[in-house]
Amino acid sequence: MTQLATEQTIWDKNESLPREELEALQAKRLKEAVARVYQNVPFYTKKFDDLGISADDINSIEDVRKLPFTVKTDLRDNYPLDLLAVPREKLARLHASSGTTGKPTFAVFTQEDLDTWSDLCARFLYAGGLRKNQFAHVAFGYGLFTGGFGLHYGIERVGAGVIPAASGNTRRQISLLRDLNTETLICTPSYALNIAEVAREEGLDPAKDLPIKFGHFGGEPWTEDMREAIEAELGITAYNNYGLSEVLGPGVAGECPCRNGMHLQEDHFLFELVDPQTDEPVKPGEVGELIITNLTKQATTLLRYRTRDLCVIHEDVCDCGRTTRRMGRVIGRSDDMMIIRGVNVFPSQIEEALLSVEGTTPHYMIELDRPGNLDRVTVSVEIQPHMFSDKMTEMNMLKRAIDKEIRTITGIGVTLNLVQPQTLARFEGKAKRVIDNRFTKEELEK
Amino acid sequence: MKIQQLSVFLENKPGQMAGVFDILGSNGVNIITMSTADTEQFGILRIITREWEKAKTVLEEGQFVVNLTPVVAIQVPHKPGGLSSILAIFQKQNINIEYMYAFPCAHTTEAVLIARFEDPDAAIKVVRESENFKALTEEDVFKEKKACEIQS
Ligand SMILES: [Zn+2]
Repeated sequence: MTQLATEQTIWDKNESLPREELEALQAKRLKEAVARVYQNVPFYTKKFDDLGISADDINSIEDVRKLPFTVKTDLRDNYPLDLLAVPREKLARLHASSGTTGKPTFAVFTQEDLDTWSDLCARFLYAGGLRKNQFAHVAFGYGLFTGGFGLHYGIERVGAGVIPAASGNTRRQISLLRDLNTETLICTPSYALNIAEVAREEGLDPAKDLPIKFGHFGGEPWTEDMREAIEAELGITAYNNYGLSEVLGPGVAGECPCRNGMHLQEDHFLFELVDPQTDEPVKPGEVGELIITNLTKQATTLLRYRTRDLCVIHEDVCDCGRTTRRMGRVIGRSDDMMIIRGVNVFPSQIEEALLSVEGTTPHYMIELDRPGNLDRVTVSVEIQPHMFSDKMTEMNMLKRAIDKEIRTITGIGVTLNLVQPQTLARFEGKAKRVIDNRFTKEELEK
Repeated sequence: MKIQQLSVFLENKPGQMAGVFDILGSNGVNIITMSTADTEQFGILRIITREWEKAKTVLEEGQFVVNLTPVVAIQVPHKPGGLSSILAIFQKQNINIEYMYAFPCAHTTEAVLIARFEDPDAAIKVVRESENFKALTEEDVFKEKKACEIQS
């Protein structure tokens, strides 16, 4: 346990409610949420009518299992704003999800939602050492992405000074951190390592010469080994947090000073962990897919949203005084989504790009690694006779066309590797298209 | 008058080129001439052989991607200025050369230029109308190679 644990670190009294009181609050809010969507969201009205249920059937948190799941496709099908649970004029902010094919999905907020969001981000920032007499540097992208703004308002809520540095120009970020004597750094874990590396190139000792004491990292999967590396390199205490734009953005869960899992914000969400094959709850301590129901979000209220993120939930009482349960690191996905430089990418998008350039889908593999702490994607494509030309100019044009199409569809740049037929591995049954060399399963579970 | 060139895709990893020649060698395919074009990432191997049908089959069995490309073989005087004078003719007639390679022979007075044209028929017509150059058949190319080998 770090030194902070002995101090008062709880931001909101709801974080430490007695369990019965918390669960009674959840049950009350769940019933209200169900009544709200039944009345205002035709998508749910129809689902409830088909299932023959209404808010009257929801009287305890266990009753959540009577409700239908909501999946990512439902959000796309209801593009742009058909899932709104409030009139359009109540919206105060609109964000969108990253790196999806064609249309994004929107993350929308009323003023009340923005207040809640700021509070939820303040909870983990405060737990992780941020105080109002300090500075916090946000090196997340701003714009439509929820990460930058979510953390930004969380810092303001704590009362600290915020430096909205956004992403890019690492040298400038380093001089900003040093010149302003900033205590807290907020970014992706791989970018934190990149900052350390660039600082070394500048002849600095990042642990000594950078003023930061705390870091809050999220937006992509990482491991305990990475945490150790970041802490040693930057000389800080590093905290993990979790969120997704579909139900809020950052602030869904975050670590306390004990750092033994991320406290789930159970007063605002109802969390379940199910076996992705059977949809049945997993036994305590087992890995399952995290399912999230919005209890308080006004602009959109998603019921039983399937995150596809796999993790465990710790039920034991935490030493920090909070009574909320804690989720472990996300150790995988129940679908094949990859998170690359913070952008969500599906193998099907690579397939779509190949199909649109080539008219057919050749056999391909996606390999992920992380040289110099930045994600690299290599797409290997088995060349087919109709793709091959004896002219170098045509071959280079083909490569550029595929590169460009992948960038257009996924939003990320890849290294394209044309290979001979029958040289990539074949797998029985469902094709395994992704080799992720960034971390091993053991590293993720540690 | 066009002759067939085998164009082979080569992945950029050790042993790929050797793999092609192992297959051709063990199947008794004689190579008249060849050239390669590389990038950092992949290469294109271009081969002229009389046994191109057999070569294509055995390379494909070896999982290589092989295309047949019509090219033009031109006999050029093997002396300074020989090559530039034919190029000048093509330029004058607005005939585009995609790429070319040659096998000059130290023991004869002629060299053979293998060239890939956007429009091979137009190129052949120009060669035929010229005084010092001759478009070769597959048979001629083979003879030319033999003559060179015998004298060396
Ligand atoms: Zn705790």
